[in-house]
Amino acid sequence: MSDHMTQPAVGAMADPAARLALTSGFEATPGATKPDAILRVDNIVRQFGGMTAVDVQHLEVQRGLITALIGPNGAGKTTFFNLITGFDKPTTAGKGAHWEFDGRTIDKTSASSVARSGMVRTFQLTKALSAMTVIDNMMLGAQDQAGENLFKSMFRGTWGKQEKENEAKADELLARFKLLEKKHDYAGSLSGGQRKLLEMARALMSDPKMIMLDEPMAGVNPALTQSLLGHIQNLRDEGMTVLFVEHDMHVVRHISDWVAVMAEGRLVAEGSADTVMSDPAVIDAYLGAHHDTDLGDDALLTDEALEELAEEVAAEDAVRQAEEEAEGPK
Amino acid sequence: MDTIQFILNGMMREALSPQTAAVAIAVIGLNIHFGFTGLLNMGQSGFMLLGAYGFAISIWHGLPMIVGVLFGFGAAFIFALVLGAPTLKLRGDYLAIVTISAAEIIRYVGRSALLVDFTGSAQGIPGSQYRTPFANLSFFGSGQFTLIPFNYTDVADGAAWVRIIGWLVAIAVIVLIVLRFRSGGAFRGIAQAAGMVGLLVFGLLLLFFLFPVPQQSTGVNGWWVRFVAWILVAVSTLVVYLLVRSPWGRLLRGIREDEDAVRSLGKNVFSIKMQALIIGGLFGALGGIVYVLPASVQPDSMGRSLTFFCYTALLLGGAATIFGPVLGSVLFFAARIGIKYTAAAYVPDSIMNNQQTEQFSYIVVGVALMLIVIFRPQGILGNKRELRFNV
Amino acid sequence: MKSRHVVRERSVARGVAGLILALLLAPVLAMISSGAANAVDTLCLPSPDKGCIAGTIRTEDGPLADVKLTITDEAGTATEVTTSDTGKWNFQADTEGTYVVKVDESSLPKDLDVATGTVTVVTKFGVTKPGLLTIRTANYSDSTSKADELVQSTVNGLRLGLLLALASVGLSLIYGTTGLSNFAHAEQVTLGGILGYFLINQHGLGLWFGGLVVVLLCAFTGWFQDRVLWQPLRRRGLGLTQMMIVTIGLSLALQYVYQYTVGARTVRVVQDNPSVRSIGPVTITNQSIVAMVISVIVLAAVGYALLRTRIGRATRAVSDNPALASASGIDTDRVIRLVWIVAMGLAGLSGLLYALVTNGIKWDSGLQILLLLFAAVTLGGLGTAFGALVGAIVIGLVVELSPVLGMPGDFKYATALLILILLLLVRPQGLLGKPQRIG
Repeated sequence: MSDHMTQPAVGAMADPAARLALTSGFEATPGATKPDAILRVDNIVRQFGGMTAVDVQHLEVQRGLITALIGPNGAGKTTFFNLITGFDKPTTAGKGAHWEFDGRTIDKTSASSVARSGMVRTFQLTKALSAMTVIDNMMLGAQDQAGENLFKSMFRGTWGKQEKENEAKADELLARFKLLEKKHDYAGSLSGGQRKLLEMARALMSDPKMIMLDEPMAGVNPALTQSLLGHIQNLRDEGMTVLFVEHDMHVVRHISDWVAVMAEGRLVAEGSADTVMSDPAVIDAYLGAHHDTDLGDDALLTDEALEELAEEVAAEDAVRQAEEEAEGPK
Repeated sequence: MDTIQFILNGMMREALSPQTAAVAIAVIGLNIHFGFTGLLNMGQSGFMLLGAYGFAISIWHGLPMIVGVLFGFGAAFIFALVLGAPTLKLRGDYLAIVTISAAEIIRYVGRSALLVDFTGSAQGIPGSQYRTPFANLSFFGSGQFTLIPFNYTDVADGAAWVRIIGWLVAIAVIVLIVLRFRSGGAFRGIAQAAGMVGLLVFGLLLLFFLFPVPQQSTGVNGWWVRFVAWILVAVSTLVVYLLVRSPWGRLLRGIREDEDAVRSLGKNVFSIKMQALIIGGLFGALGGIVYVLPASVQPDSMGRSLTFFCYTALLLGGAATIFGPVLGSVLFFAARIGIKYTAAAYVPDSIMNNQQTEQFSYIVVGVALMLIVIFRPQGILGNKRELRFNV
Repeated sequence: MKSRHVVRERSVARGVAGLILALLLAPVLAMISSGAANAVDTLCLPSPDKGCIAGTIRTEDGPLADVKLTITDEAGTATEVTTSDTGKWNFQADTEGTYVVKVDESSLPKDLDVATGTVTVVTKFGVTKPGLLTIRTANYSDSTSKADELVQSTVNGLRLGLLLALASVGLSLIYGTTGLSNFAHAEQVTLGGILGYFLINQHGLGLWFGGLVVVLLCAFTGWFQDRVLWQPLRRRGLGLTQMMIVTIGLSLALQYVYQYTVGARTVRVVQDNPSVRSIGPVTITNQSIVAMVISVIVLAAVGYALLRTRIGRATRAVSDNPALASASGIDTDRVIRLVWIVAMGLAGLSGLLYALVTNGIKWDSGLQILLLLFAAVTLGGLGTAFGALVGAIVIGLVVELSPVLGMPGDFKYATALLILILLLLVRPQGLLGKPQRIG
């Protein structure tokens, strides 16, 4: 692979000063108005039985930045993701729930249309299609394929050329994510981290405006975590908007330009990583979820304490994931 | 020796029979549903019955044959649409329950005394009412012939050694063909493809040489209907091959594994599943039409058991493979007859009477289905790594 | 790790081999045990070169014995047949074609009206065609009131519903605890009836004692199945769809084992005709009343066990969330084993009562009601035992009441299935199911 292929193009947001300009000059309150929001969410509520999983009054996501959505376990982050990407329906549908992406209202749009409009997501439990090869996974990500039309599909002439172009693009992305030598392997043979990378690469096949990553670092070994973080920053530097869910504040600190915090379904804080982490509401949120964790006054803010928390949360998550998996077909 | 020849002749006759071809076409359709898309269609016999009814009723009431075929396809198309619209958004087992129930409803309605003028109620529609236009198309003439006039009796008076060598060669050829298919690149490159076609033709000629089956040329159940039926099997196989190697086929396989993942990539999963349901259902209808050509339209012969036989044939040959449905159907029917004849020939009547050999063969079918699914879910031709049952 | 896997494979293989041996041997064993099975009746059995015509001559008061019928074929040859003690007659047709069946009115008791005295039947090889002749007492009134009819059908519907409930509660428990849609469940229902035929009719066991033995044997098959088949397959991690297809294979094999042993005819558990009693507008056999009482008691006992006993609560916990139940110390394998035993016992009881109430059982009787069972379970909500109970009663009532309410009689099963499909459209989780995210 030649160099220019592996080196991503550089956009305006590669410049830290430009990013700073977009994250300052307004008050960092929950639901703050952003200079140029790509995603605006209003009044979204989701209840399961009697329990409110998500109740977000207003949230804006700034275009071109990496925004982290953090919160303790059970804060409703993934449910929120599912709602805005069309994989779940809000309880308040039709009662003031409204959200728009890039100026287009998408609150009644199906999951697939949301993806086609340029907002592509990944999943917490990786959905790499393990009985398909890596390249087939990638090719599924390409948009507007003539060969996906039932009638044209029988005639190779109508889609052969496009297929070649898509494959070239896939090769390029695979090379960038260091997966090219696995091109013809079944995705099931990849490691957990490689699957996360594949899922991200596959999402990029559609040239999204915004990519939404659900816990991209969960279950990935530390060495690969660094590379994943690097990839996420590269995406931003190329001009893409990134929104990702994470419960580990420590991880978030290094790469996110903006952090939104959820607790018990609500948005409790917004701001830069450092300000958010000293916000009493955030500390309360994390402490509230872990009454049994006595961290002392300032202990919470040390990295060790955060790591301890994260480990606890991860352990709980693992139990929850195991349960979810054991529940069988959804 | 003669008993064995008799049993093998019977198996050959059954393997070639138009009803085997008909089921093969229906299984090709089921393969699109279950094998490639992971749709648990438990009502393929309903699609077959609708195709048969559409065809037979139209011709019985004086419409031209082509209209009958279109009515058959139209009925299956609407059936797929009606079943798919509410269930394809739900969990997989709902489709199974709804399709099996709907197929039964079709059968109950078909055998209702109220519709005797249309469906002939439980008695069904005799083949003589709708067969004529099809038989008239025949260019095979009348009379009777054996497919290749030169057979084993012409070599050394049909001595045992001729046949035994012939059988061994035939087995070797079949094993070779299966192995070539399993290795995947059976048709990759011109030389490979030519070799493969040569091998297939040689195998067929050898089988005709070893097991001469005389049939009427046109007749009720003659060479003409066999010829058309197997041509249709070949065309159906080709169509499915073209479909599944395309990006559309890739979508099906993606949906089979995880439809949420495919949805997250901006694909309209519902629409693709519906297309798959319809296409597979149309093959089912075509199978149904061919199924009743040499027989009559009998609602009770196209019930759940037929669907289950389709599944057995599909899993035997290998779900999600191109040639699996054809191989599976041929083996399924030939093996069943083989078991029946063998039991009849070698098990004394006091232990198993004639009727019981039939039932015994079905017991073996049931047990075989269990064994295949447990020990070799990918069937004969399938790829274990690719085939997962994730419905 | 690898060697453990191998051991597992081997144990699956051994289990499956055992089951297959049992399946293949079953016909032979049954043949030996039944001995005189084929000599008992002189029914016409259709075969590939024989057709049959059969019917029963009866008034609304009961069957008529020694009635003479004349059957004339296309060539004009007349044959005379006489009805048996139970009013039954049959005729063996050696050619396919039109036969005219005429009742000899002089052989009838006095004071009877012949509503239909002649009927034309077209025979076919391999099938028994009915010859329906209608004879009535002179004081017969055709106009049973609509209300009476409604009451009668409601009682019949309740009866069918209770029998379905016995079988579908088990089907639902199996689905709840293992996620498996057991297509072979209906064959367990048939098994109950067929075992009843062998033990009570053939071997002369008393009805109550024989019935108990039948239920225990069926429960044992539940233990046996789970031991040699389902538990090894679960351990092996076989997918649910794969397991479901295994149940289809088992169902096919069992159906033909039954056909192999008793043939395609209907067999009865008791030989004598049940006595009938009238309660208000309802006519019902004593057997039906007893069957309904037994069903209610057994269902109540199952319900009590599920709600009140430790093992019942454990079962519901496993249904709700197997992983959590397992984590909280419940032995899920034991619970599932018990569920199989109970479910198969209940299905056997259902089949036995079904055979008693409907006057016989056939190799495919279970197959006939399989979809009604699935409909009941789905209607109530997949995997909820009490939902299955409600669903079964609803299905039973729909089947019996739909002809009264204007559906053509041969659409009654179709109506039940149609209602199922329609309900799934508006309420996919079933009547009592918890709403959950689907799709």
